[in-house]
Amino acid sequence: MTYSFFDLMRSRWSLVYFGFYFLLGMVLLFLNNDVSKAVITMMNIIVVLTPLIGTIFGVMYYYNSKEFTELLLAQPLRRSTIFLGQYFGLALSLAGSLVFGLGIPFAIYGIVGSGALVSFILLLAVGALLTFIFVALAYNIGLSNDNKIKGFGLAILLWLFLAVIYDGMFLISLVMFDDYPIDKFSLIASMLNPIDLSRILIILELDISVLLGYTGAVFQKFFGTSFGMLASFGLLLIWCAAPVALIVHKAKRKDF
Amino acid sequence: MISVETLHKSFGKLTVLDGLDLSIDEGGIFVILGPNGSGKTTLIKSILGMVVPDKGNIAIDGKPVLKEWQYRGNIDYLPQIANFPSNLTVAELLKLVKQLRDRPTRDQELIELFGLEPFLEKKLGHLSGGTKQKVNIVLTFMFNSDLIILDEPTSGLDPIALLHLKELILKEKEAGKTVLITTHIMSFVEEMADEIVFLLDGKIYFKGTVNELQQKTEQQDLEHAIAQILKTEHV
Repeated sequence: MTYSFFDLMRSRWSLVYFGFYFLLGMVLLFLNNDVSKAVITMMNIIVVLTPLIGTIFGVMYYYNSKEFTELLLAQPLRRSTIFLGQYFGLALSLAGSLVFGLGIPFAIYGIVGSGALVSFILLLAVGALLTFIFVALAYNIGLSNDNKIKGFGLAILLWLFLAVIYDGMFLISLVMFDDYPIDKFSLIASMLNPIDLSRILIILELDISVLLGYTGAVFQKFFGTSFGMLASFGLLLIWCAAPVALIVHKAKRKDF
Repeated sequence: MISVETLHKSFGKLTVLDGLDLSIDEGGIFVILGPNGSGKTTLIKSILGMVVPDKGNIAIDGKPVLKEWQYRGNIDYLPQIANFPSNLTVAELLKLVKQLRDRPTRDQELIELFGLEPFLEKKLGHLSGGTKQKVNIVLTFMFNSDLIILDEPTSGLDPIALLHLKELILKEKEAGKTVLITTHIMSFVEEMADEIVFLLDGKIYFKGTVNELQQKTEQQDLEHAIAQILKTEHV
């Protein structure tokens, strides 16, 4: 019942977000004129953008609804209900905007008949998962930092680190330790970053070895394509469940 | 009705509650006094489950309440600072909070009492501090719970609203409810309190009636009595 309210309050932003993806989908389709190529472009955008939006919205929403949360805490509600309600309300509406915003233009364009349907659905699933993961991470940051500015800074840093810096560090380490067998290292390193993981998952499905990169190649060699996909999907689910469990854990111990 | 046993709570290095024991009987107005930072709000928030104590037990009507949540259905709480989501209107907020507890409310009566009708469609962010406090009071009293906890209820109220609030509290007392109040306004205490609980350094320093406190400190009025306690304790 409280969720309906949260949906209401966010609806404007969700619509903006939905509109953005809708436009993006349309533009990409017209520019590429080819569904499967559009899917690849889309992947590059989704893999970076959904975490960013998830992080910012998550942390912003946490601080914005703090007052209301305090009001709810004095009401006969379970703490986990309050925080999970907020979390799922936000994550679901963001994921919904993504899936429908991109899904509708592609459906109009006729993705259903084309061969790229599976890749496209996987892409949306990964985007939704990334949203869930990063909203949860942002919520954890909010719960551990009462200082708004610090929380915001940390959230942005987290995104920057996982989306950009992580890859750079990874590459540098690969170059530096060129002479050593570093398959295992790179395998583990890519598992520790949900963004890398989703990228690999989608490229494995698209089966474009040129784009695989080093980690992807190792992944494919190690797991094989289909098992590799299952493994990376499972890991993403863990990446999603762990921060949510942490939200519940933290919410139970926090003083207001 | 409420029993608190050896309650400890520290925020970092700062010990706020230090083995506090307190029992409050059913019915009557209990005022919690104490200098700033003596742990009044922390005590109240512990009873409400908003602050998680480090040690100790709290029971209401014989049932332990720590880590529970259903018991809050029978508590009305007025927070010290009225923080509301600023983009909701007063009516929306009332409707929302009403949905949380499935029982009849008397918000209409209270809105009339405090003259809030013209503000119902205004956003909470646009209200003045006093009006917000009135909304706060309506939200608190509308559920008719057996235990009412008020944290600085008088802040920002105009004299008429203050009068209404006092009447409201006395009515609740007559109805046999337990009212727990923190305040710094001594005239309010003298007028309303059945019993005083004086907190100092995270412990109960004194518990009894206003008269008992005056006798103990050999002072004529409450203000001086309190000052006397603080002087002798902090020399």
